Amino acid sequence: MPKTISVNMRAWFVSLLLLLGSMPVFAQGLVVPPVSGSPTARPITIVPFAYEGAGLPLETDIAAVVTGDLNRSGQFNALGRDNIIEYPVRASELRFDTWRMLKQDYIVIGRVLDGTEGSVRIEFELYDVGTRKRLFGLALPARRADLRAASHQIADYVYEKITGIRGAFWTRMAYVTSTGLGKNTQYALMVADSDGYNPQVVVRSGEPLLSPAWSPDSKKLAYVSFERGSSSIYLQELTTGSRQILASYRGINGAPAFSPDGTRIALTLSQTGNPEIYIMDLATRRTTQITKHYSIDTEAIWTPDGQNLIFTSDRAGKPQLYQVSAAGGEPTRLSSKGEYNARPTISGDGKKIAMAQGAGNVYRIAVLDRSRGGADYTMLSPGNLDESPSFAPNGSMVLYAAREGQRGVLYAVSADGRVRQRLVLADGDVREPAWSPFRQR
Amino acid sequence: MMNKTMRVILMGVLAVSMAACKSKPEKVDPPAPDPVREQPVTPPVVNDGKYTADSLNSDSCLRQRVVYFDFDQADIKSEAAEIVACHGKYLKDLPGAKMTLEGHADERGSREYNMGLGERRGNAVSSALQANGGSSAQITVNSYGEERPTCSESDETCWGKNRRVEIVYTQAQ
Repeated sequence: MPKTISVNMRAWFVSLLLLLGSMPVFAQGLVVPPVSGSPTARPITIVPFAYEGAGLPLETDIAAVVTGDLNRSGQFNALGRDNIIEYPVRASELRFDTWRMLKQDYIVIGRVLDGTEGSVRIEFELYDVGTRKRLFGLALPARRADLRAASHQIADYVYEKITGIRGAFWTRMAYVTSTGLGKNTQYALMVADSDGYNPQVVVRSGEPLLSPAWSPDSKKLAYVSFERGSSSIYLQELTTGSRQILASYRGINGAPAFSPDGTRIALTLSQTGNPEIYIMDLATRRTTQITKHYSIDTEAIWTPDGQNLIFTSDRAGKPQLYQVSAAGGEPTRLSSKGEYNARPTISGDGKKIAMAQGAGNVYRIAVLDRSRGGADYTMLSPGNLDESPSFAPNGSMVLYAAREGQRGVLYAVSADGRVRQRLVLADGDVREPAWSPFRQR
Repeated sequence: MMNKTMRVILMGVLAVSMAACKSKPEKVDPPAPDPVREQPVTPPVVNDGKYTADSLNSDSCLRQRVVYFDFDQADIKSEAAEIVACHGKYLKDLPGAKMTLEGHADERGSREYNMGLGERRGNAVSSALQANGGSSAQITVNSYGEERPTCSESDETCWGKNRRVEIVYTQAQ
């Protein structure tokens, strides 16, 4: 019993240090308000992990990161810190009756030990409270500077063991920020963790930057930059910063999207006089024209099998979504409801397509579930000016951009629309979130 | 070239027939149907003086460099006809002049679609300028989509200011 109390005290001390230590990061990066889980989701407790090493206290509250991840997914309702009354660290200290009384289905406990050369070793276990069975346990080595990444990986394991779906918390997002107005605007392409932490600048420019797209291996970003005066598509390696121009034709060079195998890129070019969809072979840089219509055809994405493209076209008068074979041919209309449907994003299983849907002056994120007959739309956001949806690689969540007052903010919403969390840049306008693919463990 | 020659001939014919009328005022018979008079007689160009490079700063029409549009539309509105006409004439009068048409959209809707919309507006202004005497070699269209707003309020007044094509001269003569 005394031990439990000392762990408790230590956990609070760690939280306090975390709060103080991470404040400068908050000021420069994304302000992430706490999120409470969906009340109808699975109840789970993540007990604060105890640091049992001899070094300085850890800078990351691992359990808090895991709790935030699981709540944001909409699949879990994690017990708040105020309601955690015992602090078991290992199986021998775990009293299932306590957690059964608190109506918890699952509990995660863990501890952090010193590893080699200043690194640490995180041991954690997941239990089913009802059956009192251990569902999973793992020891994860981590550098002290990478504890948030390790925490997201723990959340991924827990998520997968319980839901059967691979977790997507240990991923990143790219987005664009701008500050200022008119010719004095400064733009930046950023990459941050999936929860908005650790924002890093990929490129800055006094000219517009837009449309970031991830390579399937998460190592590169394609994006549009106006730094040469008009739009060009760049391809940049994230670790080295080295980059090259993929397309800089007359007119628009826009909307890049990697094929699922990473060998090709779909893009929009208006060299013929109006925007058309093309596919570029990345090895040879040869482009093939896919659409041929006097309307605006743009914003192509690939279906997960790499066989088709889904894109925005106003060939029927207003923007709507169409599908066309990646080998070319006649496009077929895909969106059936709403006067304005644009900027598609597709779930990894190919069943759900999210889009910006406009009606009058209200734009919301809508999801079309193609597995249910093709006309089943769910609204994920309240409006009024929501755009740029991007599916998590496991399809469980969607990032999108919204406007609040005079600035752009990002939201993460669960794919069922039940849980939404706002991610706001402290200064300026944030837009165009692009969720990265899975990372390799 | 053909047009100018034709106009000179027609004006000549017209002058001769008017002179003929003057010299014989007593003639009561209506003149024989004249093919020349069947043609719509365009009034002589009011400003038959050509623009110069200085006109860009002095001429009240040429000083207007922004054409505005309706939501999701690229049609040149009637109130913009005068601006397009004088800039088209300027391009014609100064064949060495060059301009970029920067097309813009308001914030509603998706960014890449708005990139297309900005270009469509730029192309519409380009066509109108060419109909007024400019040549395609003098005009470059560059769409910024919704990336370069002039104001950031989410209301119709601001949106209306952002749906625009800006005429930017890159070479005055």
